[in-house]
Amino acid sequence: MTGTAARTLGLLTDGLDGRLSVPPHEVAFPAGARIFDEGRPADRFWILLTGRVALDIEVPGGPPPVVETLGPGDLLGWSWFFPPHVWHLGAVSVDATRVLEYDAVAVRSLCEQDPALGYRVARAVGAVVGERLKATRIRLLDLYGPRVAGGLGTVGP
Amino acid sequence: MTVPVPHRVVRSTAETSDTTTVLLEPEGPGLAPFRPGQFAMMYAFGRGEAPISVSGWEPPGAGGSCGRLVHTVRAVGAVSAALRGLRPGDRVGVRGPYGTGWDLAAAEGCDVLVVAGGLGLAPLRPLVAELVDGPGRFGSCSVLVGARTPADLLYRGTLRTWAASPRVAVATTVDRPGPGWTGDVGVVTALLDRVAFHPPGTAAFVCGPEVMMRATARELVHRGVPAQRIQLSLERTMHCGTGHCGHCQLGPVLLCRDGPVVGWDRAERLLTVREL
Repeated sequence: MTGTAARTLGLLTDGLDGRLSVPPHEVAFPAGARIFDEGRPADRFWILLTGRVALDIEVPGGPPPVVETLGPGDLLGWSWFFPPHVWHLGAVSVDATRVLEYDAVAVRSLCEQDPALGYRVARAVGAVVGERLKATRIRLLDLYGPRVAGGLGTVGP
Repeated sequence: MTVPVPHRVVRSTAETSDTTTVLLEPEGPGLAPFRPGQFAMMYAFGRGEAPISVSGWEPPGAGGSCGRLVHTVRAVGAVSAALRGLRPGDRVGVRGPYGTGWDLAAAEGCDVLVVAGGLGLAPLRPLVAELVDGPGRFGSCSVLVGARTPADLLYRGTLRTWAASPRVAVATTVDRPGPGWTGDVGVVTALLDRVAFHPPGTAAFVCGPEVMMRATARELVHRGVPAQRIQLSLERTMHCGTGHCGHCQLGPVLLCRDGPVVGWDRAERLLTVREL
């Protein structure tokens, strides 16, 4: 784990550990386990320790397509932080996955009571949302922009 | 060398629906040896010329010449469509080698990141081959590859071979997965979290769409990789290949002569000027 994921992990967990009545605990999901469904209450969140998780979205008439995968160090779930506190995507473990599970309701409550902690958590979650928005925009350009794929031979005649 | 040397197509391999790799053999003395990252001007007789990266070569021919050349061509216009349609036995003209190429010597002793998007893997392939064959010269070596869809991934067999090497970590991701895809989904920069490297002691080689290269270089700098150790392969419309016509000018840089490989410390400013 390096870079953004590690920074996020630190920002999010510093100040939380030791203050939750139910401390974060490790949970294991076998490959293919559904972790949460789109539209359900977002009452927990996770930080991936090992394995990968696929985020998917419900579409009519077929299996939910995967829109992004997350790996070790990534934050799984940010809908818990913003009203209406329901998942806007679903999540399935791709591999056997270990995560650190947090009680989102308790973390929200702590953030309300301690604005300094709330600001810290908001910065961490906001950074994740921002990174994923940037990534999405780049992918949109790749999928729907001009067919320019890099490497000589894709511009010109 | 400014006169096209006739080459005959020995083999043609479809990589994707619009991209083909051709193996070319000179019909006489071959061109001077290429370095990874350099390119050739390929001439489809009766159609015109296009700059195409060299994506490999086979053992040198007589007299130290380059021997057989490997080029991967995507059909994006009339000339590249003609080149992509080459079949064994067809003839094509080739000029080169042109351009700066990757400075792999600058990465010695460093962890190495190779980041490719789409067809950008083509000019990086010979570089990775040197990494795989160069034990002890580098730290950790990671190859990160992004593509639109699983069907758009180039060199799938080669990727499997690299992944089997203890010297190289390979990770791939796609924008839009299809049925049966169990790999990663997302932008290629997300793969930076999946591999180990020590940013201040890392050298990066990046090729792909310009937006992807900018995002990758910025993320690497943000993590602490020195800008001068990030090399990009840039692309503009090249015409003469010898730095005379100015078609490929990017500010003070003529990419056919001073590029296509340019350091991020030099490229960053050029890539943010809208008029260039």
